[in-house]
Amino acid sequence: MSAISLKNVDISYGDVRVVQGASFEVAEGESFALVGESGSGKSTVLKAIAGLAPDWTGEISVLDSPRSHRPDRSFASRCQMVFQDPYGSLHPRKTVDTTLAEPLAINGIGKRDAKVIEMLAAVGLDRRFRFRFPHQLSGGQRQRVAIARALMLEPRVMLLDEPTSALDVSVQAEILNLLKRLRREQGLTYLMVTHNLPVVSFMCDRMAVMNKGRIVEIAPSSALHDGSFTDAYARELYAASGGNPDRKDMP
Amino acid sequence: MTARDWLLDDSPASRLQANLGRAWRMGTTLLRNPLAVVGAAIILGLILTAAFAPWIAPETPFGQDLANRLQPPSPQHWMGTDELGRDIFSRVVYGSRITLMIVSLVAVISAPLGLIVGAVAGYFGGWPDRLLMGVTDVFLSMPKLILALAFVAALGPGIENAIIAIAITAWPAYARIARAETMTFRNSEFISAVRLLGASHGRIIFRHVLPLCTSSMIVRVTLDMAGIILTAAGLGFLGLGAQPPMPEWGAMISRGRSFILDQWWVATMPGFAIILVSLGFSLLGDGLRDVLDPKQAGER
Repeated sequence: MSAISLKNVDISYGDVRVVQGASFEVAEGESFALVGESGSGKSTVLKAIAGLAPDWTGEISVLDSPRSHRPDRSFASRCQMVFQDPYGSLHPRKTVDTTLAEPLAINGIGKRDAKVIEMLAAVGLDRRFRFRFPHQLSGGQRQRVAIARALMLEPRVMLLDEPTSALDVSVQAEILNLLKRLRREQGLTYLMVTHNLPVVSFMCDRMAVMNKGRIVEIAPSSALHDGSFTDAYARELYAASGGNPDRKDMP
Repeated sequence: MTARDWLLDDSPASRLQANLGRAWRMGTTLLRNPLAVVGAAIILGLILTAAFAPWIAPETPFGQDLANRLQPPSPQHWMGTDELGRDIFSRVVYGSRITLMIVSLVAVISAPLGLIVGAVAGYFGGWPDRLLMGVTDVFLSMPKLILALAFVAALGPGIENAIIAIAITAWPAYARIARAETMTFRNSEFISAVRLLGASHGRIIFRHVLPLCTSSMIVRVTLDMAGIILTAAGLGFLGLGAQPPMPEWGAMISRGRSFILDQWWVATMPGFAIILVSLGFSLLGDGLRDVLDPKQAGER
């Protein structure tokens, strides 16, 4: 059973076609990465799956049911997304408690207090943060709240849009470890967008390399150790990242 | 642990404690601003005066005494008497009820209307935006008092119609503000996140968009109160608002106009009342702007 499947998907913003002919399959329980430089269309693929970039053609299905072009409730309980910027993805006037209870309220689920407390513990946030506002939290704490919000509906598939790129290096490691642990504990499927190859080798089983809106190669993440890329652009990207010493100390 | 420590605890244990703590912080910030305190005191005075008018006013606002007409201010008549011998102080005190009613009804009608129109237009964009903002622009393009005059002329003179007319002219400015504010965050990630959670558009607008617009709206409405009072007074002055013998301040000034050179107090005393209350709302509005500004809230 495939968790996410794209067949020949084109995505446009207005008249501009951002992604062309994207096709890949993510197996259930797998962690799959989309890598590429800025503007290669990797975040757009996530948005199209989530329903936030509605202008696409082709076939997208999540857990074997085809996606509509908009977010909907049945999709919400199966697949959720964590955004890149923890400073912009939390409502500035709502406490952590309200933010985490909102998914339950929208979907009419009870026992909210107990579930919020349980989820705070699962993402490693102390209970005293429960009634704080986002501006009273650090970037890493905010991203934990965002991850907790995405997990409130117990989805099986998570879309991660560069979940660590807006954070300090030391905090990045914490969040990556948290994501890895949650995946192991809850059997989640990850589709992760990143431009950071060390993050891919730490987190992911396979990856798709994107360039100028096209998927140029799909390779296992072991290719990052032996450099066995076949596509010229993928090799170039690998060389550029490997030649950059300050990226080697990343997890 | 004192009550103050409990309120200011930065990791509250319950929703109630968190909300009370926030209200406490806002209250103390407001109290640290002397002008805002003056404004709040004036508004509180207005409310108390309106509530206890029969006990404060020495005479009825309608009781005529033609033997004592146009008396200057004196210990018997603190603000003098008008052309029918009515005690002006009593009329000003009773007039506070009318003013408070006008202000609160206009705010209750026009602020939510403007807020919803603006938020809907800003959130959806496209043709709903163009349609709603087109209507708003038509209303905005006409001078407030003239538009209110036209409505009152069509509906007939009277205080209720004056309130409706002012409310109809007041909402477009709020709609513009709410739309501008909504557009700044309608594409932000926290709105996308709620959409992904399966929330309906109505829920997003009411639960996530409107709370972000309300604080600037409260400030704006408070600052506009002065203008609303003046418009109501203007309508009263032109004879299209409150009808005699209602002690509406604008209408009282209008009546005093005939005697302004020889009996100045007839027009001046209600004028002072209008100035004082307008000033009170302006000062309070300024103070609220400082308290409700989210950037400042982050620092405290």
